[in-house]
Amino acid sequence: MKALLLLIALLLAPAALAQPRLVTDLSQSRIDISYRFAGAELLIFGAIQYPGGRAPADPPGIAVVLRGPAEPATVRKKARVAGIWINTQSMRFESTPGYYAVATTRPIGDLLDERNAAIYEIGLGNLQLSPATAADPQFTSHFEQGLVSLRQREGLFVEQPYGVQVTDKVLYRARLPIPSAVPVGNYQAEIYLIGNGEVRARSTTPVIIDKSGFERGIYVFAHEHSFLYGLAAVAIALGMGVLAGVLLRRRSA
Amino acid sequence: MGRPVDLYLPIAEMSVNALVIVALGGLVGFLSGMFGVGGGFLTTPLLIFYGIPPAIAVASSATQVTGSSVSGALSYFRRGQVDLKMGAVLVAGGFIGSVAGSFLFHWLKSLGQVDVTIGLVYVLFLGGVGSLMLKEALGTIRQMRSGEAPRRKARRHHPLVAALPMKMRFPRSGVYISPLAPLLVGAGVGVLTVIMGVGGGFIMVPAMLYLLGMAAGVVVGTSLFQIVFVTAVATLLHASQSQTVDILLAILLLVGGVVGAQFGARAAQNLPPERLRLFLALLVLAVAVRLAIGLAWTPKELFSIQTALS
Repeated sequence: MKALLLLIALLLAPAALAQPRLVTDLSQSRIDISYRFAGAELLIFGAIQYPGGRAPADPPGIAVVLRGPAEPATVRKKARVAGIWINTQSMRFESTPGYYAVATTRPIGDLLDERNAAIYEIGLGNLQLSPATAADPQFTSHFEQGLVSLRQREGLFVEQPYGVQVTDKVLYRARLPIPSAVPVGNYQAEIYLIGNGEVRARSTTPVIIDKSGFERGIYVFAHEHSFLYGLAAVAIALGMGVLAGVLLRRRSA
Repeated sequence: MGRPVDLYLPIAEMSVNALVIVALGGLVGFLSGMFGVGGGFLTTPLLIFYGIPPAIAVASSATQVTGSSVSGALSYFRRGQVDLKMGAVLVAGGFIGSVAGSFLFHWLKSLGQVDVTIGLVYVLFLGGVGSLMLKEALGTIRQMRSGEAPRRKARRHHPLVAALPMKMRFPRSGVYISPLAPLLVGAGVGVLTVIMGVGGGFIMVPAMLYLLGMAAGVVVGTSLFQIVFVTAVATLLHASQSQTVDILLAILLLVGGVVGAQFGARAAQNLPPERLRLFLALLVLAVAVRLAIGLAWTPKELFSIQTALS
């Protein structure tokens, strides 16, 4: 029995070793949004383990993706109607990431063939947004571009063509900016090792972005006990107003 | 982590400069102390210009108006300048209007037309009220220049109001009218409170004077009385239906507003009332023009994204 296992192990070993492996770590696996939160930067770093420890002659291609939770979204476009700008056309997408950042060693087009880029959704042009409204491809892609460029301007979609630094063909690192308006939820950091236009290895690491402490308390209160939250808001406003009135009357009296 | 002034708003889900928001509340408070208006009509557009999502700006501004009106309402009440009977009818109308307004708000949101509707309603009302105020203020100033005594208009309610059935006596206001008239006024203002985040004093006070023909002495106090209740209901509706009330934002605005109102009230003592009315008219018109330009100007961003949260 032992001999058989050893034999299997010996047979599998070269195959397993023939593939490089990615080791990844993050500067923080949890980003807390406190009352002082004004954005953050996530450092994603790690090493490439080559079979037999020998690095290939070509510099390795790396893509680092940080992906936020997906949710449905309606994209609307304004047009001028009777002199004012109002939303006239709209398109619904079933799955849009609230945050998506990609950093690569070289521009995505140089690094990866189109098929692989689409399969692994690497690059802002390769996101599968799942349009829910039946429309012709031109209309759909117009709205997809609208969504992507708007989120890019808000800092929620990021593409850094030379954002990954590789040292000695082994160590890689990327810094991804996270704006203050980032949605909360379960994120995933995905690292891809790319060679000859194809994905050779990948690793994924979870990241949690969540409100903490006071901010979280208020948010949870507002969403889970919304009527009580409303009453509390009214009470606070009334209290501050009455208090101010009393204090100011005393001063002027 | 950010600078000491950066504060993350838990409901708006964005970081703001706390000093800017307090200053904004202070500016609005100064003007409201000076002119005796709630200032919600300034808060909401200013918050939107700052980048706060419109739905959150409207809801939190309503909460702020509750706080900024209550001490005024109390002091008018102590001086006996609140017609409670009339106030109750206005509040009842306000409840109906705010519930209707909240349905209207959600319907518009599902159509994606909230922002443009808020903008249009603002331009319409501020433009209309501002022009009327400007005309009145200029007329008074001209009469004073020419030394002519200002003509007193006979206080009468509008003929349309007189045609309504079930008349009732409102002794404090000195009118004998159908309660349907103030109910409708209250309801109209209630709709505006929910949609625009305003108290609506700038509509209600002229309506009470010229439509209902109420005695001038109780108009402001009764209007404040209605505003406190109806903005509180608007806060509750926004909080329970769409979770758009950001209490931190409202507190920042109130802190600034309370201080600003003090200085505004003092500044007003050194200015003749007809000048004050002229400045207020110009201010209201300026906001209306700014918003009208915003509606007509080609926007930098043609696309907008609506998710479940926004």
